[in-house]
Amino acid sequence: MDNFTVGVVVFPGSNCDRDVSWALEGCLDIRTKYLWHESSDLSDVDAIVLPGGFSYGDYLRCGAIARFSPLINALDDFVKSGRRVLGICNGFQILTESGFLPGALTANKNLNFICDDVELNIVSAKGGWFNDGGKKQTIKLPIAHGEGRYHCDSDTLKKLVDNELITLRYKNNPNGSSFDIAGITNEKGNVLGLMPHPERACDETIGGTDGLFTLKSLILK
Amino acid sequence: MDQFAVKVFVRLRPSVLDPAGEATKSASIKLGAEGIKSLRIGKMIEVKIEGNGENEVREKIDLLCDRLFANTVIEDYEYSLEKL
Repeated sequence: MDNFTVGVVVFPGSNCDRDVSWALEGCLDIRTKYLWHESSDLSDVDAIVLPGGFSYGDYLRCGAIARFSPLINALDDFVKSGRRVLGICNGFQILTESGFLPGALTANKNLNFICDDVELNIVSAKGGWFNDGGKKQTIKLPIAHGEGRYHCDSDTLKKLVDNELITLRYKNNPNGSSFDIAGITNEKGNVLGLMPHPERACDETIGGTDGLFTLKSLILK
Repeated sequence: MDQFAVKVFVRLRPSVLDPAGEATKSASIKLGAEGIKSLRIGKMIEVKIEGNGENEVREKIDLLCDRLFANTVIEDYEYSLEKL
């Protein structure tokens, strides 16, 4: 797909980096490049994925230490340039900790690590990350997290709702997230954070292809 | 340079559900402890730090608390400071 290259960030403790790369390269023919967290040169990538895992062991709080990596420091200019950033699971936690997205992710209500397929309603097509063309308003994606309960104050929630920044809501809220929130974007729409794993739903042989649309939308300008 | 021992307490804000606290409360009751009205779990961070006087050290600790030790979206913090 031309020379479009997606940077897949690798922190110590990332464990979905290869899954993301496999899904993009193997299923979508989109070139990827691993970016070590100490790198701050983002000039040769066109979009970035912060994959799932346990960056820095999730010490202190999930994403709290990763936020201070040189790469995350360089992300501000990248986002301001309008290029797209997708944070999946731990990547979503890092995006909230670093202030690219509002709110916070904390321990699941039932304290369980939940590994399951969940049904999700697409409630906004902000940023073009999800297909709301009327063909599929509900998708099924896997989740795998212990700290995925989205929390924000009521003013923030109102702002998210009013500006259509909530993209995905759980049909049957598994973790106690406020307003059933599973994924949100920034106001510009070029940053998406979500707890479900689209990269694990890119091939029928592993249970579904509902994640393809979101990964493919990384190439949108 | 003065040296200070600082104890930082980080707590979930009252409005944020604390499932670990709830589970521990439940276990406490099973242990036979009576009268527990509420139980919430936080973190305590001990720091030894040098600086030119208490005010300078407080500035450093405020920055650490606000930017790193606590996520102020969901947590509050307070600290005590003792000159060594």
